[in-house]
Amino acid sequence: MNIIITGLITGSMLALLAISFSLIFGVARIVNIAHTAFYMVAAYCIFSLTGKFGLNPIAGMMIAVVVVTVLGLLAYKFLIDPIREHEAAVLIATIALAMIFQEAVMLIYTGDYRTVSALIEGYFIVTGVKVFYQQVLTFGVVLVVLALLWFLLMKTKLGLAIRSTAEDREVANLMGMNDSRLAMITMGISVALAGFTGAVLAPLTVLSPFMWMEPLIIMMAVVVLGGLGSIKGSFVAAFILGFTEALVVFMIPKGAFLKGSVALTIMILVLLLRPEGLFGISFEEER
Amino acid sequence: MVAAGLYLKRFYTVVRGEVLVLPSRVIVALFFLVLLGMPLISQDPYLIRIIVLTSIFAILAASWDLLSGFTGQMNFGHALFFGVGAYASAMLNVHLQIPPWVCVPLAAVAAVLTGLLVGIPCLRLKHTYLALTTMAFPIILMGIVFALPDITGGELGISGLQRISNSMIGNYYIYVVTMLVLCTIMWKITDSHTGIIFHAIREDELAVKASGINTTRYKLMAFCLSGFFAGIAGGLYAHYMRIAGPSTLEVSMSFTVVIWAVFGGIATIYGPIAAVFILFPLLEFVRFWPEYRMLIFAVVVLLILLYMPEGLIPWVRDKIEKECPRCKIRNVATRKTCRICTAVLD
Repeated sequence: MNIIITGLITGSMLALLAISFSLIFGVARIVNIAHTAFYMVAAYCIFSLTGKFGLNPIAGMMIAVVVVTVLGLLAYKFLIDPIREHEAAVLIATIALAMIFQEAVMLIYTGDYRTVSALIEGYFIVTGVKVFYQQVLTFGVVLVVLALLWFLLMKTKLGLAIRSTAEDREVANLMGMNDSRLAMITMGISVALAGFTGAVLAPLTVLSPFMWMEPLIIMMAVVVLGGLGSIKGSFVAAFILGFTEALVVFMIPKGAFLKGSVALTIMILVLLLRPEGLFGISFEEER
Repeated sequence: MVAAGLYLKRFYTVVRGEVLVLPSRVIVALFFLVLLGMPLISQDPYLIRIIVLTSIFAILAASWDLLSGFTGQMNFGHALFFGVGAYASAMLNVHLQIPPWVCVPLAAVAAVLTGLLVGIPCLRLKHTYLALTTMAFPIILMGIVFALPDITGGELGISGLQRISNSMIGNYYIYVVTMLVLCTIMWKITDSHTGIIFHAIREDELAVKASGINTTRYKLMAFCLSGFFAGIAGGLYAHYMRIAGPSTLEVSMSFTVVIWAVFGGIATIYGPIAAVFILFPLLEFVRFWPEYRMLIFAVVVLLILLYMPEGLIPWVRDKIEKECPRCKIRNVATRKTCRICTAVLD
């Protein structure tokens, strides 16, 4: 039971992160290393809004998501957009950005571990295992957001534009889609989702300035495993890796050390058999 | 006497005709001279320590450039080779009591084998998939290190290694000369036939395949060569710090290597080396404000990239040198005509 709950929570969090990460990769070919740093910033925002200013937690979440989105758009406009043609430079820029966030958070909040109080207290017991209401709430909210995202991508005009740009940028451009504006919008959505993940997850984890490193690696594993740019793939892969981690932690002694290793080994094994990931489409060689 | 005089004259002519004509060559020559003559001027242990560490990381950054800059196989887990080198050397030295000067080459061999192990599965992957997959390997190894604390020392690492040489100056010369030699070898490799094929693989792998070159073999070779140099760097680092810990395998280690190389300009070899010699001491000298250290580092990198996305060193080189439009030979920027074919420089 513990395994199922942990797996579901980790899986849903990874799914949100991975999908938003592959969105911006698909549209603008930006590998955004700072993605999980935004998630950390959102969590800290909530910490200070609810803890220091005594705001309502839900209002705190809203403000945190808005703050993170604005930060993301500013970073994109002034730091990433000017050097977009140089892929390696963009990569380093996002790494540097993540480091700046980490250091800034470290300066403001120091390196101590922090916790955020839950939205709703209490728990119920299923087959002898405590299930906190907060966990149920997080899982439910994540599912709702995923459904909304699916609707946005599949049923609206903006979603069509995003998907077609991801598939072929040049042709989408010829068909009258404003490439750079679309990239900007997608960056906004992607960062907002990262911030949102941070917001809903903050009550369940411990906050530290280094909390972006670990999810970053697993998120990348999810993206690669599911196939870059495939939303269904990211979703399935997120739950596969989420459950693997939970299984390893609970079943194997010293599993907490090995959880990352096992998840990543699975990813490498799958890639050996299917180099384009589970649901990825093998693109024509780009030259 | 006459023969010696002739050699001296010839040496002078070569220096005047080949080195002094180009500012970049003058800088490289000065770099060699300053590094080798440093202990004669100052024997400050702190300064020597910084130069030794900088040299080790210069090897590492250049070896990343050899693999990722030249063949375009973006490796985000370069810390793997460094960590394997450090741990292999430490285990051989502490558990089996093998002297350091045997350990380091053995560590390099271990890193080459790791390169093969990583390179073979990675051959099937391209671009971003490759970058994200290679990032996973050091983390897998780190998990194993933590899970086997009896052999690897777990979180504390293996400590109590022997120094390569017990005198400070001797150590300094061993490290600096190794760095200069290895970097020259790497630069020669990239300048050779093999290096041209590496470069071609990055530009257009299909075209290289079509020219009848076995690109798989060359890509594996790049992995092994890079692993070899990074493994030596790892072994040297372990023996200098006298400890091999999990920090050598961290994600931030891999990232820092990439930052150095891209900052200096990829596919140049001298770029990453210069970048390490600029950034690493810089990071040391702002130690007066320890809490702002990484912040300053990140901001400097970000600003430089914003204005010189090609990297710092190629940008500087383009400012002080011009390429002759006719014979493609480089000239000082102040010259009006080419020094070889006298064509007018624009």
